[in-house]
Amino acid sequence: MIQVLAFYLFATLAILSAVLVIMSRNPVHSVLWLILAFFNAAGLMVLAGAEFIAMLLVIVYVGAVAVLFLFVVMMLDIDFAELRAGFVRNFPLGMLIALVLLAELVFGIGAWRAGSIDLAPAGATEAAPMAASNIAAIGQVLYGKYLFLFESAGIILLVAMVGAIVLTHRDRKDTRPQNISKQNRRRPQDATVNMRPEIGEGVQL
Amino acid sequence: MEFAQSLRLILPEEILSIGGLVLLLAAAWLGDKASRAISIASVALLVAAAAVTVPTLSGGAMGPDTQAFLGQFRADAFAAYAKLLIYVSGAAALMIAPRFFEQFRAMRAEYPVLLVFAVLGTGIMVSAGDLMTLYIGLEMNSLAAYVLASFLRVDNRSAEAGLKYFVLGALASGILLYGMSLTYGFTGTTSFAGIHAALTGQLSTGALFGVILVLAGLAFKISAVPFHMWTPDVYEGAPTPVTMFFSTAPKVAAIALTMRVALEAFGNQADAWRQVVVFAALASIVVGALGAIGQSNIKRLLAYSSINNVGFILVGLATATQAGASAMLVYLAIYVMMSIGSFVAVLMLRDAESNQIESIASMAGLSRTRPLLGWCLLVMMLSLAGIPPLFGFWGKLVVFRAAVDADMIALATLAIVGSVISAYYYLMVCKTMFFDEPADQVKGASDWAHWALLLIATLFNSPLGYLLTGWFDNLAGKASAALFLAA
Repeated sequence: MIQVLAFYLFATLAILSAVLVIMSRNPVHSVLWLILAFFNAAGLMVLAGAEFIAMLLVIVYVGAVAVLFLFVVMMLDIDFAELRAGFVRNFPLGMLIALVLLAELVFGIGAWRAGSIDLAPAGATEAAPMAASNIAAIGQVLYGKYLFLFESAGIILLVAMVGAIVLTHRDRKDTRPQNISKQNRRRPQDATVNMRPEIGEGVQL
Repeated sequence: MEFAQSLRLILPEEILSIGGLVLLLAAAWLGDKASRAISIASVALLVAAAAVTVPTLSGGAMGPDTQAFLGQFRADAFAAYAKLLIYVSGAAALMIAPRFFEQFRAMRAEYPVLLVFAVLGTGIMVSAGDLMTLYIGLEMNSLAAYVLASFLRVDNRSAEAGLKYFVLGALASGILLYGMSLTYGFTGTTSFAGIHAALTGQLSTGALFGVILVLAGLAFKISAVPFHMWTPDVYEGAPTPVTMFFSTAPKVAAIALTMRVALEAFGNQADAWRQVVVFAALASIVVGALGAIGQSNIKRLLAYSSINNVGFILVGLATATQAGASAMLVYLAIYVMMSIGSFVAVLMLRDAESNQIESIASMAGLSRTRPLLGWCLLVMMLSLAGIPPLFGFWGKLVVFRAAVDADMIALATLAIVGSVISAYYYLMVCKTMFFDEPADQVKGASDWAHWALLLIATLFNSPLGYLLTGWFDNLAGKASAALFLAA
């Protein structure tokens, strides 16, 4: 019972916040609604027993993608009101695209149900169910069977990082970085001079 | 037990990856001053990796004992043969680089490190026994290669080369991944052995698309026509040592990978992919030969020459026989030595201010102003053209013999016609060097590493190379036997 309640709660909130993403006037609000939509989707995933995907949604989408969106929205000077201006004019086109996507979904699922897509024999790509939770199962596969590929993928990321630094890093001579120990070594007598200026003469620096 | 066995089999990869990481730390702490020392250490790493690879090849390792990580990785004689060629070209690219980059004050400690990782990636490619391993190796090599292509930041052409290579490489990866996902969807497995078993009998349309798209993605990497457009621009723009690396190690790896995918994973469907390979082979030979004729830049000319050579290598693949595979391997070894020799010679063309000379016109009369360099380049050009007393002829001969034995006489005839066309521009370069009025621009001295590599490559391609034919046939035979064991 509580699961049903939770499902309807998450589902309603997800749809509601998704609608508000496109309806709100302020783009920053849109991004915040988007984050709420992601959280609700993560809740739905937990209900479906896919806790790993739920966590990925929170970490990757909320933690990285949405925050990145927020930065872009706040840093770029885009007139969102102007972008939105043609909403009524473009509405039919939007509906048309939505209908095409719907038709594709219906055809795709219909063809699959009718069995006319000649895929691999049933169950061939299906992993055997494991007793462990799916995070434990993914961990076992990743660090067991696919250890070599996993570690190699790590090296790929390292190469990408080194490459990005090599291509963009420059040793600049004109920067003046702060040297704290040098600052601390400096004594008052090095930095201050006692002057006794004559009236009307000005000072020599 | 299984795990320990796997770790033993990937020993060359362990040496390269751990060594590469240590050198990366050294590069971070010691800075660019130490780049020569790090280059030397990288060459030492490649030598060590080669040393542990040699027994695999000479012992002709094959079969289930060579499978690591449940068949995802193969350490058989075929992989060992390709890896040795890769290590040789990687070491050559390391040895010639410091002198080249120092004249631009652009030698950095990351160059040898990235090169080691690129070699590691190519090594994983040739050992792939699974579509996922294939892709991981390919990306590791490609990512390092994109950076290496734009390594010379003072030169805009280098940045352009890196960007072009990156965009087209990403496109190729996309095509390859699409083909791999179709193949996986229609066979239910990513392992080559599993795909081999699943693709028997009549091929469904979806699986056919998968096979063709995978081969198209790989054709990008070996720059076979019609996926060759990036090659001349990238080869011209990239720093010359990097161009030499591109024309050897990744190409060897991609060709070996194509062989393994086509002959092993798709081995039951040779009729399905043969026409694609035949088309790519003939188109590469013709486009490579015709495209090179109008070139005035020697690096662009060599880029078209490499497209042309890939065509001849693919003739061996089109036969889909063990003799054809063995011929391809022999051709690959000779091609690597020809590439190393010709690019090192190009690197040694410097004017009085030690700027690189790349235009063919300024090589005029090289035989009189710099006789030794001129004669070495002559050997390289004639060997690339496949003119008989030189060793380049042997490579073409074995490939054509395999094609004729497989009853593909029309293909062999057309390829020979293409080879005659390509001889024209190689001879034009020789004519410019030997019979034109000396332009007398090539002045700069070269260091001993360049001379040593050039002389080794020249000796290899000279008629003395024929002393090695028996040895090469033996090794290539062992390697191709390992490839055909599963098929």
